[in-house]
Amino acid sequence: MRLNLGPSHPATHGTLRVFVELDGEIIRNMKLEIGYLHRCFEKMSETHTWNQVIPYTDRLNYVSAMMNNVGYVMAVEKLLGIEVPKRTQRIRVIMCELSRIIDHLVAIGTNAVDVGALTCFWYFFRERENIYDLFEAVCGARLTTSFTRVGGLYKDLPEGWTQWCRKVLANLPRSLDDVEGLLTTNRIWIDRTRGVAPISKQDALDYGFTGPCLRACGVGYDVRKAHPYYDYDKFDWSLITEEEGDTYARYLVRLGEMRESMKIVEQALDDLPDGPVNVDDWSIALPPKDQVYGSIEGLMAHFKLIMHGIKPPAGEVYSYTEAANGELGFFVVSDGTGRPFRVRVRPPCFAIYQAFPQMCQGQTISDAIAALGSLNIVAGELDR
Amino acid sequence: MQETGTKLAESKCPELIEAFPQAVLSVDDYLGDLSISVRASEIRPIVRFLKETPSQCYEFLMDLFGMDYEGYERETPGRFAVIYGFYSHSRKTRLRLKVFLPKNEIDSIHDIYKAANWLEREAWDMFGIQFKGHPNLKRILCHHEFKGHPLRKDFPSNNYQRLRTALPSTEL
Repeated sequence: MRLNLGPSHPATHGTLRVFVELDGEIIRNMKLEIGYLHRCFEKMSETHTWNQVIPYTDRLNYVSAMMNNVGYVMAVEKLLGIEVPKRTQRIRVIMCELSRIIDHLVAIGTNAVDVGALTCFWYFFRERENIYDLFEAVCGARLTTSFTRVGGLYKDLPEGWTQWCRKVLANLPRSLDDVEGLLTTNRIWIDRTRGVAPISKQDALDYGFTGPCLRACGVGYDVRKAHPYYDYDKFDWSLITEEEGDTYARYLVRLGEMRESMKIVEQALDDLPDGPVNVDDWSIALPPKDQVYGSIEGLMAHFKLIMHGIKPPAGEVYSYTEAANGELGFFVVSDGTGRPFRVRVRPPCFAIYQAFPQMCQGQTISDAIAALGSLNIVAGELDR
Repeated sequence: MQETGTKLAESKCPELIEAFPQAVLSVDDYLGDLSISVRASEIRPIVRFLKETPSQCYEFLMDLFGMDYEGYERETPGRFAVIYGFYSHSRKTRLRLKVFLPKNEIDSIHDIYKAANWLEREAWDMFGIQFKGHPNLKRILCHHEFKGHPLRKDFPSNNYQRLRTALPSTEL
């Protein structure tokens, strides 16, 4: 039997079209069609100034928008050859790790829903809402944050935010323990996930897997460890890996990573220096408002930056960060004008989803649904 | 190989130069990103060398994408290029291969790295670059009836095409 799933289906978490050839319930062949959410991110970037691209990056992996913001501005900052202040680095680390936590909460929560465990979803989404409240307080938006700017941040943290963040973090372990208790040794969960849609270490490397899906195959590659940026090497945290490469292993890796991310956030909060959040260069970051309204130089710099944008020197660089799904790379090319000549994004999902037909060969439809959730394919990032 | 960058090349990638003295055209190390420009005709042996030689051991093909240098500020050897991003997990090194295309076509490497299959389709979709030997070189992100290759510099960004037919399952 031939069966068409999607593109719009609750279990696809986005717009993915899967076409399967079945023998009874067993998948003999699978074909994928992607592109339903293609919004020409790369083309649009070429028609905007460097800072105007940031809102577009929110819509890549919209489950953890902060990480895309950070990944993109890091690439532009590399091109400009600047380093952002320590305080900004710490705040970016905090935002990235909180985003990783919510991304993993969504991945595990929805994965559990797909196999019929609704309770975990509610436990996790309560925590996710709390973290979204934190995001809302810093930038006014919950999902599409656009929080970073080239050379700094939109704003510094509001008063009392760090204490609030600690309170949210203090609540998190309870939910993690609850869900761990509900799932990790649960007979049904194990039956539904262990040995489901496995991928070998060799194939995972060959397909370009990164992130939790790769670490679930026993490869300890994490950009934060291998090429530390923003002092990730100074924080005390460990890499989570599993050997089996199946859906259960991916669940364990994500669960473990959330606890590690919490450790990083706590350390970053403890060691948050004072100072400005933007670089002191008016050709990159906007001047303070009292300067804009009170001095001609400030007004001119503001006008120039808004109208003409930042002008990085001509050149091309590749910058990469560890996003929730794996290595998020930005290859940016400047020709010295105020607009990018080219922005290429390397979305981790693209590599992972390509392996999906191979992983589901010989499995049942219900296994494929469980596997899809564990790969955490985000269509916004896949299709760009 | 050009005189400029010879020293750099010898210090950064001696094995590659030794194995392919004629194919390596130039080497660049801008801001720590090692980028090597090679001849399009040699791409398959070079990629195989990078993956399979123990001294190289690039397990990952992280990225593969097209570039259109039309109107770029600096002079380039051609308009279209394909850029390959390799990463070696065991050696923790990165390498970028840049290949300018004399005839807008290049050999596919889908059988060397499985990751290349979709990435090559995307480069075809966006730039119209032909990958010879690719088993299924069809559009991947754009609609199957879409006209043009949108990331080319001469493609207007406000081009709007009204397309609504779903792709028949036989053509997936």
